Amino acid sequence: MGPLGLKIIYTLITLVICGVYGLLLGAFMAKTMARVQGRIGIPLHQPFVDIIKNYGKRTAISHGIMFYLGPVFRLTGGIGTLVFIPVIFGSEYFSNFSVAGDLLLVMYFIFFGQLGMALGASEGGHPYSPIGIARGLAQMCAFEVPFALAIIAIAIQYNTFSITEIVAAQQGGILSWTFFTNPFAVVAALLAMLGMNMYPPFSIVLAPQEIPIGPPTEYHSAYLGMLQSNRAIFAAAKLVLFMNLFFGGATNFPVLVLKTWAIYMCSVLVGAAFPRFRPEETIRFFLRWPTVIGIVGLLFAKYYLI
Amino acid sequence: MSSKDLLPNDGLSEIDQEFFCQAPPEYISPLPKPIEDFMNWARSESLFILAFGTGCGAIELRPLTTSRFDMYQYGIQMRATPRQSSVFIVGGYASVKTLKRIVRSYEQMQGPKFVVTLGSCPINGGMYWDSYNTINRIDHYLPIDISICGCMPRPESILAGFVELKKMIRAGQCDGANLYAKNFAWYKANQKRIIKDWNMPDYNW
Repeated sequence: MGPLGLKIIYTLITLVICGVYGLLLGAFMAKTMARVQGRIGIPLHQPFVDIIKNYGKRTAISHGIMFYLGPVFRLTGGIGTLVFIPVIFGSEYFSNFSVAGDLLLVMYFIFFGQLGMALGASEGGHPYSPIGIARGLAQMCAFEVPFALAIIAIAIQYNTFSITEIVAAQQGGILSWTFFTNPFAVVAALLAMLGMNMYPPFSIVLAPQEIPIGPPTEYHSAYLGMLQSNRAIFAAAKLVLFMNLFFGGATNFPVLVLKTWAIYMCSVLVGAAFPRFRPEETIRFFLRWPTVIGIVGLLFAKYYLI
Repeated sequence: MSSKDLLPNDGLSEIDQEFFCQAPPEYISPLPKPIEDFMNWARSESLFILAFGTGCGAIELRPLTTSRFDMYQYGIQMRATPRQSSVFIVGGYASVKTLKRIVRSYEQMQGPKFVVTLGSCPINGGMYWDSYNTINRIDHYLPIDISICGCMPRPESILAGFVELKKMIRAGQCDGANLYAKNFAWYKANQKRIIKDWNMPDYNW
């Protein structure tokens, strides 16, 4: 087997590890929220059982080709995001298919899944699906502004769009991390991440008590299983991306778990403390302070760091 | 499929007919035993309840989500859409008007699906047994897996009922969806005898 074959196998292993890790993080979030509310909460293996059950349903229906393709696009978006991000810095095999300019590709993949899901979910015909999609796309446009500003800031700072090179530039001590060299960009990106993860107060897309339950209202059985798998993989991929861009990357799995878990805690702590925004509030939120901080980060990178 | 197996869908306009299923539900054989046992375990540990209160009993269901009872620890969750749910709860008396919604919601759920009834009313009509618009025996219209008695059953009883339901699912005794498919004509005839203004599809998956 050539190096490419080995690389594909290691990428598949990475997918499985990140999927399992993402599911555990989801369970950890649910458990934490339950504890905050004074409940015992779900067992940590609950998301795994849910996925097995959904894949094992005996019947499934389709509302058309796009309905069928929605979860496929969503999962492609999640997997695509992960396979182009180097998971372990310096590792020949766990660096996946990282190439020059992969940062742009990854940003595209983050959009791709949501757009695919938007097309698929609307074919379900349920009125709550388009409402959820409209909310989701509006929120995505809003949080992409600070996120894109942060990405441009670090692209200027490191003069590259390669994630591997960005991680390499942050080696050599904790003070080399983007978190310390350009804290404005990192804060803007972390605020955008709160919106990306869609936990409270930015949980306007699924919004269980308002538009039960948004875009996936008509999705069931294996479709739902695919969406749940994607949620886990995508969550892990985003955390790895943030760790690489802003927190110096990881040279082994324990460091990766520690750093991504710490980043995830931002969402957990904010999610446990704040109630849900209204759609217009969340959009206003992202277009105010996070955007201003993002612009400051950009100017800081352009006129101070270079 | 021969033309006699097709549903008439008489209640629908011609334009609406193409949007709905034209074939009755089918019996689906279980997987080989070890796999089916494993799947039954997963089904029993991940019960998604359709959060649809049909009657006064649903009020006793809500405390299960609170810190005092917390059904999440037993793998039971509320789900807001019938598509994703696996447990349908008839929460008390079922009026003729509600039966229509019960049938539509139940048929939209994907198999295997389980039905739990709360209180005495779905079993024999309870205190509404001689009411002109209340169904006496819900099991003539849907296959019931477990009935939790009482007027109304307290949350503790409901939890005990769910534990019993989980045991039955693991033992492979809850095959309501297949039972419904097998006796589809009988269930449909019973439903149509009660619901006079049948303006919905005959089988609406």
